[in-house]
Amino acid sequence: MGRIVGLTGDETAAEVMRQINPDVLAAYPITPQTETVQRFSEFVADGKVSTEMVRVESEQSAMSACIGAAAAGARAMTATSANGLALMWEIVYIAASCRLPIAMVVVNRALSGPINIHCDHSDSMGARDSGWIQIYSENCQEIYDNLIQAVRIGENREVLLPVMVTFDGFIISHCTERLELLEDKKVRDFVGEYKNSYPLLNVDNPITYGPLDLFDYYFEHKRQQIEAMEKVPQVIQRVGEEFEKLSGRTYSLMEEYKTEDADFILVAAGSTAGTVKTAIEELREEGIKAGLLKIRVFRPFPVAKICQVLKKAKAVAVLDRSASFGAQGGPIFLEVRSALFGEERKLPVINYIYGLGGRDISIEQIKGVYRNLQKIADTGKVKKLVDCIGLRE
Amino acid sequence: MPSLKVLSKKEDLLSSGHRLCPGCGASIIVRQALLASEKPVVVACATGCLEVATTIYPFTAWKTPFIHNAFENAASTLSGVEAAYCSLKKQGKIDKEINFIAFGGDGGTYDIGIQALSGAMERGHNFLYICYDNEAYMNTGIQRSSASPRGAATTTSPVGKAAPEGKQEYRKDLTQIMVAHNSPYVAQASPGYYNDLMKKVEKALSIEGPTFIDVLSPCPRGWRYDASRTIEIAKLAVLTGFWPLYEVENGKYRITYKPKKKRKPFKEWLKSQGRFKHLLKEENKEIVEQLEKRTMEKEKALYALAGEEFL
Repeated sequence: MGRIVGLTGDETAAEVMRQINPDVLAAYPITPQTETVQRFSEFVADGKVSTEMVRVESEQSAMSACIGAAAAGARAMTATSANGLALMWEIVYIAASCRLPIAMVVVNRALSGPINIHCDHSDSMGARDSGWIQIYSENCQEIYDNLIQAVRIGENREVLLPVMVTFDGFIISHCTERLELLEDKKVRDFVGEYKNSYPLLNVDNPITYGPLDLFDYYFEHKRQQIEAMEKVPQVIQRVGEEFEKLSGRTYSLMEEYKTEDADFILVAAGSTAGTVKTAIEELREEGIKAGLLKIRVFRPFPVAKICQVLKKAKAVAVLDRSASFGAQGGPIFLEVRSALFGEERKLPVINYIYGLGGRDISIEQIKGVYRNLQKIADTGKVKKLVDCIGLRE
Repeated sequence: MPSLKVLSKKEDLLSSGHRLCPGCGASIIVRQALLASEKPVVVACATGCLEVATTIYPFTAWKTPFIHNAFENAASTLSGVEAAYCSLKKQGKIDKEINFIAFGGDGGTYDIGIQALSGAMERGHNFLYICYDNEAYMNTGIQRSSASPRGAATTTSPVGKAAPEGKQEYRKDLTQIMVAHNSPYVAQASPGYYNDLMKKVEKALSIEGPTFIDVLSPCPRGWRYDASRTIEIAKLAVLTGFWPLYEVENGKYRITYKPKKKRKPFKEWLKSQGRFKHLLKEENKEIVEQLEKRTMEKEKALYALAGEEFL
């Protein structure tokens, strides 16, 4: 059995990184990720890891160093938030196109401007087309479990893609929760050793990384990235099953909470899923068949699975903690609604933007969403396709 | 340094057939630098002429491990490579001795890459950064950079009625900025003096820590001269005092080549290239005088730092 501990989200990320013991960690401090890097620095200072830590002068260099390290043949990790992720943008894409399985912790924080340090998903949602696998965590236990699995998923020979593991800034990053840790050895055995087939450091077999790739090959290389993404769901499933044997905790592409008989389903990602679950409990006592589909893996987006779960519902609401300016709704909504387009039965799907810049969302507000779904099911009419929760008018 | 005879038999790690222009200084510099390394070399390269002309997929001119990431991050990319090497070596997973060299043009080094370079120098990675300094953004079509000298005509500092001198600002002295980073070895070199350049590379690679060499890289297209004259121009830069050859080892300055008898008038430097053609007009006389004066003052100051008499 593992150890039961109380850790904040940031501390959890640092602890699991210690257990994974990456060869290289390159990071730059940014709120609310800072404590992850601080605590990991202590592990380095105390000789508890063999990691070479590169205290870079910017996030741009953090990702650049991770690419150099991973290409060289090392397991490389980093952590960032919001503006930090934005600053490394260009290099985030390059990591994916070089097919380097870097693992990155993204502590979700609202993107500037105006500057704000609290949670929303505008940072990682903005990077949804960068070619990274994205795994959203609800709580500290999931941060722990997701990071361990992320290493295996990204490094799978069929995949070879970088992975972002996200969790909500402050709400989770600075909140102490109970979680179960596995023994160091079990984690290290599970993640195994990173083997780059073409390490830059193999001077006997010189490799050129990052060549100029023009119209005669670029497209094919992009297709390879698309195909690699297509293989990810199966790998996530397999790694999840293996991890379950190790930990007793079940993981797949998403989590279903009371969806089997649900009339009304909410789709949400991150810590809000926990609040939704409480709302569901209370609504069920009132006899309302409420359910939750929690997005764990947003990239690749598990279209088939999501349709399978949602198609039985009477009405669906998608909660987005980020806005997509000028689009028909938030990023998760766009994906969900588009996924359901192929279904024969036209299912009402509405969108709520909430929690931007760290604004709280309450159980009552979530209950209000379910009540609106009830109304839609009763009347067959959607008054407002996209709305906001908790917005001061 | 081995003799020319020995070096001529050593394998070139940058093979011919790359698509750099005839007379390009960059490929000459790279070949000289790589020849100076006894150990295997891993190369990182910034986006620029060198990278785009040597790695057009599915071809590569590099017979040594090579990584290009982006424009501004050759130094941080190589930081990661070097950190990986240290980590794997510490864990007993690699035992080979390897040299690490980054190549960047002046755009990728003086301008967009200076933050990454400064960070890497401060962190003390064990690598050599070589700037092939052709004094403008040649790859995108000769736009001015902070390495472009005052008076140079570029496509973004063209000569016009309101701007008769072309680029109006003096160039950034990156070599001095690198000295200020307390790097154990900083030098300035020119491919016109291959033995000087190679000795500097050899020395830089033998020293533990981050080292930097700024190499003037004549560009026939951007500087407007005939491609056959690259080495002649590379020498002229030194002989006219425009590009003094020196090194700073643990803070100690040394002039590595003193023109003395061969010293040439500064105007010859301006006359040798089309990018300065407009400066020779009567109306720009004063500017030329200022340039000449400043060049001489800078060189004098350098000699003073080295404790040498300026002749």
